[in-house]
Amino acid sequence: MSMREAIARFVPDGSSVAMSLALESLIPFAAGHEIIRQRRRDLTLIGPISDMLFDQLIGAGCVARIRAAWVGNVSAGLGHNYRRAVEQGIPRSIEVEDHSNFSIALSLLAGGLGAPYIPTRSLLGSDIARDHPTFREATSPFDGERVLLIPAIVPDVAILHVQRADEDGNAHAWGNLGICEEAALAAKKVIVVAEELVARDVILSDPNRVIAAAFKVCAVVHEPGGAHPSPVQGYWNRDHEFFHAYHQETRSADGFARWLDQWVYSVPDRQTYMERLGAARRSQLAPREHRYAAPVDYGY
Amino acid sequence: METGNEYTPAELMVVCAAREIHDHDIVFVGMRLPLIAFALAKRTHAPYAMGLFECGLLRDTPAPELLYTMGDPPNILGANWATRMINVMGLLAQGYASLGFIGGAEIDRFGNVNTSYIGDRHHPAVKLPGSGGGADIASLAGRLAVIMNHERRRLRERVDYITSPGYGEGGNWRRRVGLPRGGPSAVITTRAVLGFDPETGEAYLRSYHPGTSVEEVRANTGWDLCVPENVQETPPPSPEELRIIRECDPQGFWTRGNAP
Repeated sequence: MSMREAIARFVPDGSSVAMSLALESLIPFAAGHEIIRQRRRDLTLIGPISDMLFDQLIGAGCVARIRAAWVGNVSAGLGHNYRRAVEQGIPRSIEVEDHSNFSIALSLLAGGLGAPYIPTRSLLGSDIARDHPTFREATSPFDGERVLLIPAIVPDVAILHVQRADEDGNAHAWGNLGICEEAALAAKKVIVVAEELVARDVILSDPNRVIAAAFKVCAVVHEPGGAHPSPVQGYWNRDHEFFHAYHQETRSADGFARWLDQWVYSVPDRQTYMERLGAARRSQLAPREHRYAAPVDYGY
Repeated sequence: METGNEYTPAELMVVCAAREIHDHDIVFVGMRLPLIAFALAKRTHAPYAMGLFECGLLRDTPAPELLYTMGDPPNILGANWATRMINVMGLLAQGYASLGFIGGAEIDRFGNVNTSYIGDRHHPAVKLPGSGGGADIASLAGRLAVIMNHERRRLRERVDYITSPGYGEGGNWRRRVGLPRGGPSAVITTRAVLGFDPETGEAYLRSYHPGTSVEEVRANTGWDLCVPENVQETPPPSPEELRIIRECDPQGFWTRGNAP
């Protein structure tokens, strides 16, 4: 399925979308840009640490609510669009449900376990707990101790960028996984965006490396470079310069409008974007050496 | 070109952070300066320290290259474990992380840290990025070390918003609210190192950096900072420590103000 079709069919206005789940790697920027191009509105974005992607979607006016632990530009600093939206309501005001990394992980884990909530001792005494619209403080019936109850989040859709997948949605992802598995387990639907489309027996040769149940996957999009500028272990290094340039160029709302025009609106798809990035940059970001793991023997 | 004796405030902060790491500690190393401190500690007095990263990594060796984020590919290659965040957070929650580092925009006299809102939470002057894993580390690590710039407007009597709980209102506040352990043990700044009184939970001046003074530190602190009798000057970095730091960060991206 093309990215255009996947977004058109499975990310309608008002949906709750879990993305940017592996923190600073495997960020589905191509999916985010297609969401912007299709002018989606009133989305709820769910994630742990969002490195630049949520800032872009907020600046483009796609977002009504954020349920996340951190929104900004990790190696450069604050997210200018996030600040403008919360401080000035530009381009529109947004609701922020502040989480910590652990609480958003537990929210999705609860959803994935079919549990109403998961208790934790993290955040007790914090203003995150005090101000949270859904957390509840309680006393554990087993030991009488204070606990914070983190209710389940069930996203409408989780968008995962992975290294490889087959056309049925069997997908391999590796590196640090963040909350990818929890989000894919909890979400009603999963969109898999893959660097490489491979044969079924490539994926089935290593079932331990599979990230989600394929029957939950509603779309597989083959999108090489779909996570640029974030890294994909074995495929792409992080484009640090791109993050830093974004930080400079989007300081003003006009600057962001120009950036958006250059990288999203004047680009019909990710393939064109990667061509625009240029062969020199692409080869700079490609792995300098490959490091393959020891083979795993499933034979019997 | 700097001689072996000159160093930046950030380099001194890295050395102070490294001093907080005990050998065999399991450390939430976070990002930026603490990452470099971890590499320094492992190559000097803490060879058996281990690093935990909330993106889902465990490492007993520092990454081979300077990191801009904890998800950079060099941090994954050679990791002991690349896994889900839940596993790393589970270790933290059970009490295995003896130390965690966080950065702070604002801190107050009881070590509460704000990385969420400057001003009124509903109409903030500045919306900061948020907790990330910081609030969890502050809640659950055995000890917390905070790294930040020392300015009067950042070191306040009371923070506008408690993202990461320190000692709350002081005394046994942590126990009363239900936190299982932990609390700030050090604040490492561009001017000083602060410690915390174990009974009251209030910050005090442990050491002032070379080139500053007790008076200057107090003048730049937004509350009446306690100064014990045994306050001393922060021991400067050794040439060997500086050599290691400069090997880790050759362009001075984090340590010599060369971030673009």
